[in-house]
Amino acid sequence: MTEINLSLNTNLARDILAGFIKSEITRVGMSRAVIGLSGGLDSALSCALAVEALGKGNVLAVRMPYKASSKDSLDHAQLLIDQLGVPSKTIEITDMVEPLFKLDPDISNMRKGNIMARERMIVLFDQSEVFKGLVVGTSNKTEILLGYSTIYGDSASAMNPTGDLYKTQVRQLSRAMNIPAPIIDKPPSADLWADQTDEKELGFTYEEVDKLLYLLVDQRYSPQEAVEAGFDEAFVRTVTTRIRRNQFKRMQPPIAKVSNRTIGYDFLYLRDWGT
Amino acid sequence: MKLKLALAQINTKLGDVEANLAKHLEYIEQAKSQKADLLVFPELSLTGYVLQDLVASVAHKPTEDDPIFKHLLAASHDLDLVVGFVDEDSRHRFYIASAYLSGGEVLHVHHKVYLPTYGLFDEGRFFAWGDSVRSFDTRFGRIGMLICEDFWHASPPYLLWLDGADILIFSSASPGRGLNDNEKLESARWVERVNKAYASMFTSFVAHANRVGYEDGLHFWGGATIFDPNGEELAHGPYNEEAITYAELDLNQLRRTRARLPLLRDERTALVQKELNRILSRD
Repeated sequence: MTEINLSLNTNLARDILAGFIKSEITRVGMSRAVIGLSGGLDSALSCALAVEALGKGNVLAVRMPYKASSKDSLDHAQLLIDQLGVPSKTIEITDMVEPLFKLDPDISNMRKGNIMARERMIVLFDQSEVFKGLVVGTSNKTEILLGYSTIYGDSASAMNPTGDLYKTQVRQLSRAMNIPAPIIDKPPSADLWADQTDEKELGFTYEEVDKLLYLLVDQRYSPQEAVEAGFDEAFVRTVTTRIRRNQFKRMQPPIAKVSNRTIGYDFLYLRDWGT
Repeated sequence: MKLKLALAQINTKLGDVEANLAKHLEYIEQAKSQKADLLVFPELSLTGYVLQDLVASVAHKPTEDDPIFKHLLAASHDLDLVVGFVDEDSRHRFYIASAYLSGGEVLHVHHKVYLPTYGLFDEGRFFAWGDSVRSFDTRFGRIGMLICEDFWHASPPYLLWLDGADILIFSSASPGRGLNDNEKLESARWVERVNKAYASMFTSFVAHANRVGYEDGLHFWGGATIFDPNGEELAHGPYNEEAITYAELDLNQLRRTRARLPLLRDERTALVQKELNRILSRD
Protein backbone atom coordinates (compact mmCIF):
# COMPACT_ATOMS: atom_id res chain seq x y z
CA MET A 1 0.00 0.00 0.00
CA THR A 2 1.29 3.48 -0.92
CA GLU A 3 2.21 5.56 2.14
CA ILE A 4 -0.33 8.38 2.52
CA ASN A 5 0.15 11.12 5.07
CA LEU A 6 -2.86 13.35 5.71
CA SER A 7 -1.47 15.13 8.74
CA LEU A 8 -1.69 18.90 8.88
CA ASN A 9 0.28 21.75 10.34
CA THR A 10 -2.49 22.49 12.83
CA ASN A 11 -1.25 25.96 13.79
CA LEU A 12 -1.36 27.07 10.19
CA ALA A 13 -4.75 25.43 9.61
CA ARG A 14 -6.11 27.17 12.68
CA ASP A 15 -4.86 30.59 11.57
CA ILE A 16 -6.19 30.25 8.04
CA LEU A 17 -9.61 28.88 9.04
CA ALA A 18 -10.24 31.26 11.93
CA GLY A 19 -9.09 34.10 9.65
CA PHE A 20 -11.60 32.94 7.05
CA ILE A 21 -14.51 32.99 9.51
CA LYS A 22 -13.53 36.42 10.77
CA SER A 23 -13.14 37.79 7.26
CA GLU A 24 -16.43 36.42 5.94
CA ILE A 25 -18.39 37.74 8.91
CA THR A 26 -16.79 41.12 9.49
CA ARG A 27 -16.61 42.11 5.82
CA VAL A 28 -20.42 42.26 5.71
CA GLY A 29 -20.49 44.45 8.80
CA MET A 30 -21.35 41.68 11.26
CA SER A 31 -19.46 40.28 14.22
CA ARG A 32 -21.31 37.15 15.33
CA ALA A 33 -21.82 33.51 14.42
CA VAL A 34 -24.45 30.85 15.08
CA ILE A 35 -23.55 27.16 15.14
CA GLY A 36 -25.66 24.07 15.60
CA LEU A 37 -23.85 21.87 18.12
CA SER A 38 -24.70 18.20 17.69
CA GLY A 39 -22.29 16.90 20.28
CA GLY A 40 -20.14 15.50 17.50
CA LEU A 41 -16.70 16.39 16.26
CA ASP A 42 -17.38 18.52 13.18
CA SER A 43 -19.59 21.08 14.88
CA ALA A 44 -17.29 21.13 17.91
CA LEU A 45 -14.37 22.11 15.71
CA SER A 46 -16.34 24.75 13.79
CA CYS A 47 -17.46 26.22 17.08
CA ALA A 48 -13.93 26.33 18.48
CA LEU A 49 -12.67 27.99 15.30
CA ALA A 50 -15.48 30.55 15.44
CA VAL A 51 -14.60 31.36 19.05
CA GLU A 52 -10.99 31.83 18.04
CA ALA A 53 -12.11 34.13 15.20
CA LEU A 54 -14.74 36.20 16.97
CA GLY A 55 -14.40 35.75 20.73
CA LYS A 56 -16.62 33.56 22.90
CA GLY A 57 -19.34 36.15 23.47
CA ASN A 58 -19.97 36.37 19.74
CA VAL A 59 -20.72 32.71 19.07
CA LEU A 60 -24.13 31.22 19.84
CA ALA A 61 -24.16 27.44 20.21
CA VAL A 62 -27.57 25.91 19.54
CA ARG A 63 -28.44 22.38 20.63
CA MET A 64 -31.43 20.93 18.77
CA PRO A 65 -32.26 17.49 20.17
CA TYR A 66 -35.03 15.18 19.03
CA LYS A 67 -36.66 12.96 21.62
CA ALA A 68 -34.73 9.91 20.40
CA SER A 69 -31.37 11.71 20.30
CA SER A 70 -28.81 10.07 22.53
CA LYS A 71 -28.23 11.72 25.87
CA ASP A 72 -24.51 11.62 25.16
CA SER A 73 -25.01 14.02 22.27
CA LEU A 74 -26.57 16.64 24.51
CA ASP A 75 -24.01 16.10 27.25
CA HIS A 76 -21.07 16.31 24.89
CA ALA A 77 -22.38 19.51 23.37
CA GLN A 78 -22.71 20.91 26.89
CA LEU A 79 -19.12 19.89 27.66
CA LEU A 80 -17.95 22.00 24.79
CA ILE A 81 -20.24 24.92 25.65
CA ASP A 82 -18.84 24.92 29.18
CA GLN A 83 -15.25 24.64 28.00
CA LEU A 84 -15.52 27.42 25.43
CA GLY A 85 -17.77 29.62 27.57
CA VAL A 86 -20.11 30.48 24.71
CA PRO A 87 -23.75 31.52 25.08
CA SER A 88 -26.07 28.64 24.20
CA LYS A 89 -29.68 27.70 23.57
CA THR A 90 -31.45 24.36 23.53
CA ILE A 91 -34.37 24.15 21.13
CA GLU A 92 -35.99 20.74 20.92
CA ILE A 93 -37.26 19.86 17.44
CA THR A 94 -39.55 16.96 18.45
CA ASP A 95 -42.77 19.00 18.41
CA MET A 96 -41.85 20.50 15.05
CA VAL A 97 -41.13 17.27 13.19
CA GLU A 98 -43.56 14.81 14.81
CA PRO A 99 -46.69 16.21 13.09
CA LEU A 100 -45.03 15.61 9.72
CA PHE A 101 -43.88 12.10 10.66
CA LYS A 102 -47.45 11.26 11.73
CA LEU A 103 -48.86 12.02 8.30
CA ASP A 104 -47.28 8.82 6.97
CA PRO A 105 -47.11 5.74 9.18
CA ASP A 106 -44.70 4.13 6.70
CA ILE A 107 -42.15 6.93 6.89
CA SER A 108 -38.59 5.58 6.66
CA ASN A 109 -35.65 6.41 8.90
CA MET A 110 -34.00 8.09 5.95
CA ARG A 111 -36.94 10.45 5.43
CA LYS A 112 -37.12 11.18 9.14
CA GLY A 113 -33.41 11.91 9.20
CA ASN A 114 -33.71 14.33 6.29
CA ILE A 115 -36.67 16.09 7.88
CA MET A 116 -34.79 16.50 11.15
CA ALA A 117 -31.72 17.84 9.39
CA ARG A 118 -33.86 20.38 7.53
CA GLU A 119 -35.78 21.35 10.65
CA ARG A 120 -32.48 22.09 12.36
CA MET A 121 -31.51 24.25 9.39
CA ILE A 122 -34.76 26.25 9.85
CA VAL A 123 -34.07 26.74 13.54
CA LEU A 124 -30.46 27.81 12.93
CA PHE A 125 -31.28 30.34 10.24
CA ASP A 126 -34.03 31.72 12.48
CA GLN A 127 -31.56 32.04 15.37
CA SER A 128 -29.20 33.72 12.92
CA GLU A 129 -31.73 36.56 12.71
CA VAL A 130 -32.29 36.67 16.49
CA PHE A 131 -28.57 36.66 17.40
CA LYS A 132 -27.55 38.75 14.36
CA GLY A 133 -24.92 36.17 13.47
CA LEU A 134 -24.12 34.15 10.35
CA VAL A 135 -24.57 30.39 10.34
CA VAL A 136 -21.15 28.71 10.27
CA GLY A 137 -21.20 25.34 8.52
CA THR A 138 -19.78 22.12 9.86
CA SER A 139 -19.41 19.86 6.79
CA ASN A 140 -16.08 18.19 6.09
CA LYS A 141 -14.49 17.23 2.77
CA THR A 142 -15.16 13.52 3.22
CA GLU A 143 -18.90 13.91 3.65
CA ILE A 144 -19.17 16.56 0.93
CA LEU A 145 -17.41 14.29 -1.57
CA LEU A 146 -19.42 11.21 -0.57
CA GLY A 147 -22.67 13.18 -0.42
CA TYR A 148 -23.17 11.95 3.13
CA SER A 149 -25.42 14.82 4.14
CA THR A 150 -28.94 16.18 3.69
CA ILE A 151 -29.16 18.75 0.95
CA TYR A 152 -30.61 22.02 2.37
CA GLY A 153 -30.27 20.43 5.80
CA ASP A 154 -26.95 20.02 7.59
CA SER A 155 -25.17 21.12 4.40
CA ALA A 156 -26.79 24.58 4.54
CA SER A 157 -24.72 27.42 5.97
CA ALA A 158 -23.41 30.90 5.26
CA MET A 159 -19.80 29.70 5.10
CA ASN A 160 -17.87 26.54 5.62
CA PRO A 161 -14.47 26.71 7.34
CA THR A 162 -13.87 22.94 7.45
CA GLY A 163 -15.13 21.81 4.04
CA ASP A 164 -11.59 21.28 2.70
CA LEU A 165 -10.51 19.06 5.62
CA TYR A 166 -10.99 15.31 5.52
CA LYS A 167 -12.64 13.74 8.57
CA THR A 168 -9.32 12.41 9.84
CA GLN A 169 -7.89 15.94 9.54
CA VAL A 170 -10.89 17.32 11.43
CA ARG A 171 -9.97 14.88 14.20
CA GLN A 172 -6.32 15.95 14.16
CA LEU A 173 -7.15 19.66 14.28
CA SER A 174 -9.74 19.03 17.02
CA ARG A 175 -7.08 17.42 19.18
CA ALA A 176 -4.82 20.40 18.65
CA MET A 177 -7.66 22.73 19.67
CA ASN A 178 -8.37 20.78 22.86
CA ILE A 179 -11.84 19.59 21.97
CA PRO A 180 -12.95 17.38 24.91
CA ALA A 181 -11.74 13.79 24.52
CA PRO A 182 -15.18 12.09 24.68
CA ILE A 183 -16.17 14.04 21.55
CA ILE A 184 -13.00 13.09 19.70
CA ASP A 185 -12.99 9.45 20.75
CA LYS A 186 -16.59 8.39 20.11
CA PRO A 187 -17.65 6.85 16.79
CA PRO A 188 -18.95 9.54 14.43
CA SER A 189 -22.74 9.47 14.10
CA ALA A 190 -25.52 11.60 12.64
CA ASP A 191 -27.56 10.42 15.66
CA LEU A 192 -30.75 10.38 13.63
CA TRP A 193 -31.73 6.99 15.08
CA ALA A 194 -30.44 4.75 17.85
CA ASP A 195 -27.06 3.07 17.29
CA GLN A 196 -26.52 4.77 13.95
CA THR A 197 -22.84 5.33 13.16
CA ASP A 198 -21.35 6.86 10.04
CA GLU A 199 -18.93 4.03 9.42
CA LYS A 200 -21.60 1.33 9.80
CA GLU A 201 -23.84 3.17 7.39
CA LEU A 202 -21.14 3.97 4.85
CA GLY A 203 -19.64 0.48 4.99
CA PHE A 204 -16.04 1.62 5.41
CA THR A 205 -13.96 3.63 7.86
CA TYR A 206 -12.98 7.30 7.54
CA GLU A 207 -9.36 6.25 7.93
CA GLU A 208 -9.63 4.10 4.77
CA VAL A 209 -11.79 6.35 2.66
CA ASP A 210 -9.89 9.55 3.43
CA LYS A 211 -6.70 8.04 2.07
CA LEU A 212 -8.47 6.91 -1.08
CA LEU A 213 -10.19 10.28 -1.53
CA TYR A 214 -6.87 12.03 -1.09
CA LEU A 215 -5.38 10.03 -3.97
CA LEU A 216 -8.42 10.36 -6.23
CA VAL A 217 -9.19 14.03 -5.57
CA ASP A 218 -6.11 15.84 -4.29
CA GLN A 219 -3.51 13.79 -6.14
CA ARG A 220 -5.64 13.19 -9.28
CA TYR A 221 -5.09 9.42 -9.35
CA SER A 222 -7.22 7.50 -11.83
CA PRO A 223 -9.34 4.72 -10.25
CA GLN A 224 -6.96 2.20 -11.83
CA GLU A 225 -3.93 3.93 -10.28
CA ALA A 226 -5.70 3.86 -6.89
CA VAL A 227 -6.14 0.10 -7.24
CA GLU A 228 -2.46 -0.22 -8.15
CA ALA A 229 -1.64 1.82 -5.04
CA GLY A 230 -3.24 -0.93 -2.95
CA PHE A 231 -6.97 -0.16 -2.66
CA ASP A 232 -9.61 -2.83 -3.22
CA GLU A 233 -11.20 -2.50 -6.65
CA ALA A 234 -14.81 -2.74 -5.44
CA PHE A 235 -14.11 -0.12 -2.75
CA VAL A 236 -12.62 2.25 -5.34
CA ARG A 237 -15.68 1.72 -7.56
CA THR A 238 -18.11 2.38 -4.70
CA VAL A 239 -16.34 5.59 -3.77
CA THR A 240 -15.92 6.97 -7.31
CA THR A 241 -19.60 6.28 -7.99
CA ARG A 242 -20.65 8.05 -4.80
CA ILE A 243 -18.54 11.08 -5.69
CA ARG A 244 -20.12 11.34 -9.14
CA ARG A 245 -23.70 10.66 -8.10
CA ASN A 246 -23.61 13.27 -5.37
CA GLN A 247 -22.32 16.14 -7.49
CA PHE A 248 -25.84 17.63 -7.35
CA LYS A 249 -25.47 18.20 -3.61
CA ARG A 250 -22.38 20.30 -4.19
CA MET A 251 -23.96 22.75 -6.63
CA GLN A 252 -26.61 25.37 -6.99
CA PRO A 253 -29.47 24.03 -9.13
CA PRO A 254 -28.69 24.69 -12.80
CA ILE A 255 -30.57 27.54 -14.44
CA ALA A 256 -31.86 26.94 -17.97
CA LYS A 257 -30.13 29.47 -20.19
CA VAL A 258 -32.26 31.48 -22.61
CA SER A 259 -30.94 35.05 -22.36
CA ASN A 260 -27.57 36.52 -23.32
CA ARG A 261 -26.51 36.80 -19.72
CA THR A 262 -27.43 34.17 -17.21
CA ILE A 263 -26.72 33.82 -13.51
CA GLY A 264 -24.15 31.11 -13.00
CA TYR A 265 -22.84 31.04 -16.59
CA ASP A 266 -21.92 34.56 -17.63
CA PHE A 267 -22.98 36.73 -14.72
CA LEU A 268 -19.90 36.07 -12.65
CA TYR A 269 -19.09 37.72 -9.35
CA LEU A 270 -17.69 36.37 -6.12
CA ARG A 271 -19.90 36.49 -3.09
CA ASP A 272 -17.36 38.90 -1.57
CA TRP A 273 -18.06 41.41 -4.37
CA GLY A 274 -17.58 44.96 -3.08
CA THR A 275 -16.25 43.95 0.33
CA MET B 1 24.52 53.22 -3.36
CA LYS B 2 21.76 52.18 -1.00
CA LEU B 3 18.07 51.69 -1.72
CA LYS B 4 15.55 51.43 1.09
CA LEU B 5 12.90 49.13 -0.30
CA ALA B 6 9.45 48.67 1.23
CA LEU B 7 7.05 45.86 0.35
CA ALA B 8 3.40 46.41 1.27
CA GLN B 9 1.30 43.30 1.80
CA ILE B 10 -2.22 44.63 1.97
CA ASN B 11 -5.74 43.31 1.95
CA THR B 12 -8.04 44.86 -0.66
CA LYS B 13 -11.74 45.47 -1.14
CA LEU B 14 -12.92 43.50 -4.14
CA GLY B 15 -13.87 45.98 -6.86
CA ASP B 16 -13.72 49.10 -4.65
CA VAL B 17 -10.89 51.11 -6.21
CA GLU B 18 -11.46 54.25 -4.12
CA ALA B 19 -11.26 52.35 -0.84
CA ASN B 20 -8.11 50.61 -2.05
CA LEU B 21 -6.59 53.92 -3.14
CA ALA B 22 -7.18 55.28 0.37
CA LYS B 23 -5.28 52.33 1.79
CA HIS B 24 -2.43 52.89 -0.69
CA LEU B 25 -2.15 56.50 0.42
CA GLU B 26 -2.02 55.43 4.09
CA TYR B 27 0.76 52.94 3.37
CA ILE B 28 2.62 55.53 1.32
CA GLU B 29 2.55 57.90 4.31
CA GLN B 30 3.83 55.14 6.55
CA ALA B 31 6.66 54.17 4.17
CA LYS B 32 7.54 57.83 3.72
CA SER B 33 7.87 58.29 7.47
CA GLN B 34 10.35 55.38 7.45
CA LYS B 35 12.29 57.11 4.66
CA ALA B 36 11.66 54.37 2.10
CA ASP B 37 12.86 55.10 -1.45
CA LEU B 38 10.57 52.62 -3.21
CA LEU B 39 7.28 51.09 -2.07
CA VAL B 40 5.90 48.04 -3.89
CA PHE B 41 2.24 46.98 -3.75
CA PRO B 42 0.96 43.51 -4.74
CA GLU B 43 -0.76 42.35 -7.92
CA LEU B 44 -4.09 44.11 -8.58
CA SER B 45 -3.60 46.09 -5.37
CA LEU B 46 -6.07 48.78 -6.49
CA THR B 47 -8.86 46.37 -7.41
CA GLY B 48 -8.70 42.98 -5.68
CA TYR B 49 -7.99 39.72 -7.46
CA VAL B 50 -10.97 37.53 -8.46
CA LEU B 51 -12.61 40.30 -10.48
CA GLN B 52 -14.50 38.24 -13.05
CA ASP B 53 -17.25 40.50 -14.45
CA LEU B 54 -15.96 43.49 -12.45
CA VAL B 55 -12.95 43.86 -14.76
CA ALA B 56 -14.31 46.61 -17.02
CA SER B 57 -15.71 48.65 -14.14
CA VAL B 58 -12.42 48.82 -12.21
CA ALA B 59 -10.07 49.61 -15.13
CA HIS B 60 -7.98 52.81 -15.02
CA LYS B 61 -5.38 54.48 -17.16
CA PRO B 62 -2.13 55.46 -15.47
CA THR B 63 -2.34 59.13 -16.45
CA GLU B 64 -2.39 62.45 -14.61
CA ASP B 65 -6.02 63.12 -15.42
CA ASP B 66 -7.17 59.76 -14.08
CA PRO B 67 -9.04 60.29 -10.76
CA ILE B 68 -7.13 57.44 -9.10
CA PHE B 69 -3.67 57.77 -10.64
CA LYS B 70 -3.43 61.52 -10.13
CA HIS B 71 -3.12 60.89 -6.37
CA LEU B 72 -0.54 58.17 -6.84
CA LEU B 73 1.48 60.20 -9.32
CA ALA B 74 1.48 63.13 -6.88
CA ALA B 75 2.68 60.81 -4.11
CA SER B 76 5.47 59.50 -6.33
CA HIS B 77 7.34 62.79 -5.90
CA ASP B 78 8.23 61.61 -2.40
CA LEU B 79 9.08 58.00 -3.10
CA ASP B 80 8.91 55.66 -6.08
CA LEU B 81 5.87 53.38 -6.26
CA VAL B 82 4.85 50.13 -7.88
CA VAL B 83 1.06 49.65 -7.93
CA GLY B 84 -1.13 46.87 -9.30
CA PHE B 85 -4.21 47.71 -11.38
CA VAL B 86 -6.37 46.83 -14.37
CA ASP B 87 -5.07 48.70 -17.42
CA GLU B 88 -7.40 49.41 -20.33
CA ASP B 89 -5.79 50.16 -23.68
CA SER B 90 -7.20 52.50 -26.32
CA ARG B 91 -8.97 49.59 -27.99
CA HIS B 92 -10.56 48.41 -24.71
CA ARG B 93 -8.47 45.41 -23.98
CA PHE B 94 -7.99 44.86 -20.25
CA TYR B 95 -4.67 43.80 -18.74
CA ILE B 96 -3.44 42.80 -15.31
CA ALA B 97 -0.79 45.51 -14.91
CA SER B 98 1.90 46.97 -12.67
CA ALA B 99 2.94 50.60 -13.02
CA TYR B 100 6.23 52.06 -11.82
CA LEU B 101 5.71 55.69 -10.77
CA SER B 102 8.52 58.11 -9.96
CA GLY B 103 8.74 61.89 -9.68
CA GLY B 104 5.19 62.32 -10.97
CA GLU B 105 5.88 60.23 -14.08
CA VAL B 106 4.97 56.74 -15.20
CA LEU B 107 8.34 55.14 -15.97
CA HIS B 108 6.97 51.78 -17.04
CA VAL B 109 3.82 49.68 -17.24
CA HIS B 110 4.08 45.91 -17.35
CA HIS B 111 1.19 43.83 -18.63
CA LYS B 112 1.08 40.31 -17.23
CA VAL B 113 2.26 37.97 -19.98
CA TYR B 114 1.23 34.65 -18.43
CA LEU B 115 -2.42 34.44 -17.41
CA PRO B 116 -3.03 31.24 -15.46
CA THR B 117 -6.23 29.64 -16.75
CA TYR B 118 -6.24 26.26 -15.08
CA GLY B 119 -7.14 24.80 -11.71
CA LEU B 120 -8.57 27.55 -9.54
CA PHE B 121 -7.40 30.28 -11.95
CA ASP B 122 -9.47 31.83 -14.72
CA GLU B 123 -7.51 34.91 -15.77
CA GLY B 124 -7.40 34.17 -19.50
CA ARG B 125 -11.17 34.31 -19.59
CA PHE B 126 -11.28 37.91 -18.38
CA PHE B 127 -7.98 39.53 -19.40
CA ALA B 128 -5.85 40.18 -22.47
CA TRP B 129 -2.34 38.71 -22.56
CA GLY B 130 0.54 41.16 -22.30
CA ASP B 131 3.10 40.79 -25.06
CA SER B 132 6.31 42.35 -23.88
CA VAL B 133 8.91 41.86 -21.17
CA ARG B 134 11.11 44.96 -20.79
CA SER B 135 13.49 46.32 -18.23
CA PHE B 136 13.56 50.07 -17.62
CA ASP B 137 15.82 52.69 -16.08
CA THR B 138 15.14 54.23 -12.68
CA ARG B 139 17.12 56.41 -10.30
CA PHE B 140 18.29 53.16 -8.65
CA GLY B 141 19.49 51.51 -11.85
CA ARG B 142 17.69 49.21 -14.21
CA ILE B 143 14.64 47.34 -12.91
CA GLY B 144 12.32 44.66 -14.26
CA MET B 145 8.78 43.93 -13.07
CA LEU B 146 6.76 40.72 -13.33
CA ILE B 147 3.39 39.67 -12.02
CA CYS B 148 2.82 36.31 -10.31
CA GLU B 149 2.47 33.59 -13.00
CA ASP B 150 5.04 35.52 -15.11
CA PHE B 151 7.77 34.34 -12.76
CA TRP B 152 6.45 30.77 -12.53
CA HIS B 153 7.95 30.59 -16.03
CA ALA B 154 11.72 30.83 -16.23
CA SER B 155 11.89 32.90 -19.42
CA PRO B 156 10.53 36.30 -18.27
CA PRO B 157 13.05 36.75 -15.42
CA TYR B 158 15.78 35.55 -17.78
CA LEU B 159 14.77 38.11 -20.43
CA LEU B 160 14.69 40.94 -17.87
CA TRP B 161 18.17 39.95 -16.70
CA LEU B 162 19.53 40.05 -20.25
CA ASP B 163 17.72 43.35 -20.78
CA GLY B 164 19.78 44.85 -18.00
CA ALA B 165 17.66 44.53 -14.87
CA ASP B 166 19.65 44.21 -11.65
CA ILE B 167 16.57 44.45 -9.44
CA LEU B 168 13.62 42.18 -10.17
CA ILE B 169 10.32 43.25 -8.63
CA PHE B 170 7.65 40.58 -8.46
CA SER B 171 4.10 41.13 -7.27
CA SER B 172 1.44 38.53 -6.59
CA ALA B 173 -2.05 37.80 -5.41
CA SER B 174 -1.17 34.21 -4.61
CA PRO B 175 -3.94 32.03 -3.17
CA GLY B 176 -2.62 29.72 -0.49
CA ARG B 177 -2.86 26.00 -1.24
CA GLY B 178 -1.18 22.74 -0.32
CA LEU B 179 -1.62 22.70 3.46
CA ASN B 180 0.12 19.62 4.87
CA ASP B 181 2.37 18.95 7.85
CA ASN B 182 5.08 21.29 6.58
CA GLU B 183 5.64 24.55 8.42
CA LYS B 184 4.57 26.53 5.31
CA LEU B 185 1.97 26.19 2.57
CA GLU B 186 3.19 24.44 -0.59
CA SER B 187 2.43 27.57 -2.63
CA ALA B 188 4.54 29.73 -0.30
CA ARG B 189 7.42 27.28 -0.37
CA TRP B 190 7.38 27.13 -4.15
CA VAL B 191 7.39 30.90 -4.59
CA GLU B 192 10.15 31.44 -2.02
CA ARG B 193 12.26 28.69 -3.57
CA VAL B 194 12.11 30.18 -7.08
CA ASN B 195 12.67 33.74 -5.84
CA LYS B 196 15.81 32.60 -4.07
CA ALA B 197 16.85 30.65 -7.15
CA TYR B 198 16.44 33.65 -9.47
CA ALA B 199 18.46 35.86 -7.12
CA SER B 200 21.21 33.21 -7.05
CA MET B 201 21.23 32.37 -10.76
CA PHE B 202 20.96 35.96 -11.96
CA THR B 203 23.15 37.41 -9.19
CA SER B 204 20.48 40.09 -8.78
CA PHE B 205 18.14 41.50 -6.15
CA VAL B 206 14.73 39.82 -6.18
CA ALA B 207 11.83 41.34 -4.23
CA HIS B 208 8.35 39.85 -3.96
CA ALA B 209 5.18 41.51 -2.60
CA ASN B 210 2.14 39.28 -2.13
CA ARG B 211 -1.24 40.34 -0.82
CA VAL B 212 -3.11 39.09 2.23
CA GLY B 213 -6.79 38.66 3.10
CA TYR B 214 -9.56 36.48 1.72
CA GLU B 215 -11.83 36.51 -1.32
CA ASP B 216 -14.63 34.00 -0.78
CA GLY B 217 -12.73 30.85 0.26
CA LEU B 218 -9.39 31.93 -1.23
CA HIS B 219 -6.76 32.98 1.26
CA PHE B 220 -3.73 35.10 0.29
CA TRP B 221 -0.68 34.43 2.39
CA GLY B 222 1.56 37.54 2.23
CA GLY B 223 5.11 36.65 3.27
CA ALA B 224 7.01 39.32 1.31
CA THR B 225 10.65 38.48 0.63
CA ILE B 226 13.81 40.18 -0.59
CA PHE B 227 16.86 38.18 -1.70
CA ASP B 228 20.26 39.67 -2.47
CA PRO B 229 22.60 38.78 -5.40
CA ASN B 230 24.10 35.97 -3.32
CA GLY B 231 20.64 34.43 -2.91
CA GLU B 232 20.58 35.40 0.76
CA GLU B 233 17.31 36.51 2.30
CA LEU B 234 17.46 40.17 3.39
CA ALA B 235 13.96 40.39 4.85
CA HIS B 236 10.86 38.28 5.23
CA GLY B 237 7.39 39.67 5.96
CA PRO B 238 4.87 37.91 8.19
CA TYR B 239 2.30 35.48 6.80
CA ASN B 240 -1.43 36.20 6.66
CA GLU B 241 -1.44 39.76 8.00
CA GLU B 242 -1.05 43.24 6.61
CA ALA B 243 2.45 44.65 6.98
CA ILE B 244 5.22 46.64 5.37
CA THR B 245 8.53 44.83 5.11
CA TYR B 246 11.63 47.00 4.78
CA ALA B 247 15.11 46.16 3.60
CA GLU B 248 18.11 48.26 2.78
CA LEU B 249 19.61 47.12 -0.51
CA ASP B 250 23.31 47.79 -0.81
CA LEU B 251 23.54 48.04 -4.58
CA ASN B 252 27.35 47.67 -4.42
CA GLN B 253 26.66 44.01 -3.60
CA LEU B 254 25.98 43.49 -7.31
CA ARG B 255 29.60 44.34 -8.08
CA ARG B 256 31.07 42.23 -5.30
CA THR B 257 28.96 39.18 -6.16
CA ARG B 258 29.57 39.40 -9.89
CA ALA B 259 33.32 39.85 -9.39
CA ARG B 260 33.27 36.53 -7.54
CA LEU B 261 30.67 34.79 -9.68
CA PRO B 262 30.60 36.09 -13.29
CA LEU B 263 27.45 34.27 -14.42
CA LEU B 264 26.19 37.34 -16.26
CA ARG B 265 29.53 37.89 -18.01
CA ASP B 266 29.65 34.26 -19.12
CA GLU B 267 26.04 33.91 -20.22
CA ARG B 268 26.16 32.73 -23.84
CA THR B 269 23.22 34.58 -25.33
CA ALA B 270 24.24 33.85 -28.93
CA LEU B 271 24.21 30.16 -28.12
CA VAL B 272 20.76 30.52 -26.54
CA GLN B 273 19.52 32.36 -29.60
CA LYS B 274 20.99 29.82 -32.02
CA GLU B 275 19.48 26.88 -30.19
CA LEU B 276 16.14 28.62 -29.71
CA ASN B 277 15.99 29.33 -33.43
CA ARG B 278 16.72 25.70 -34.16
CA ILE B 279 14.17 24.42 -31.64
CA LEU B 280 11.43 26.81 -32.74
CA SER B 281 11.96 26.22 -36.46
CA ARG B 282 11.47 22.48 -36.03
CA ASP B 283 8.18 21.17 -37.37
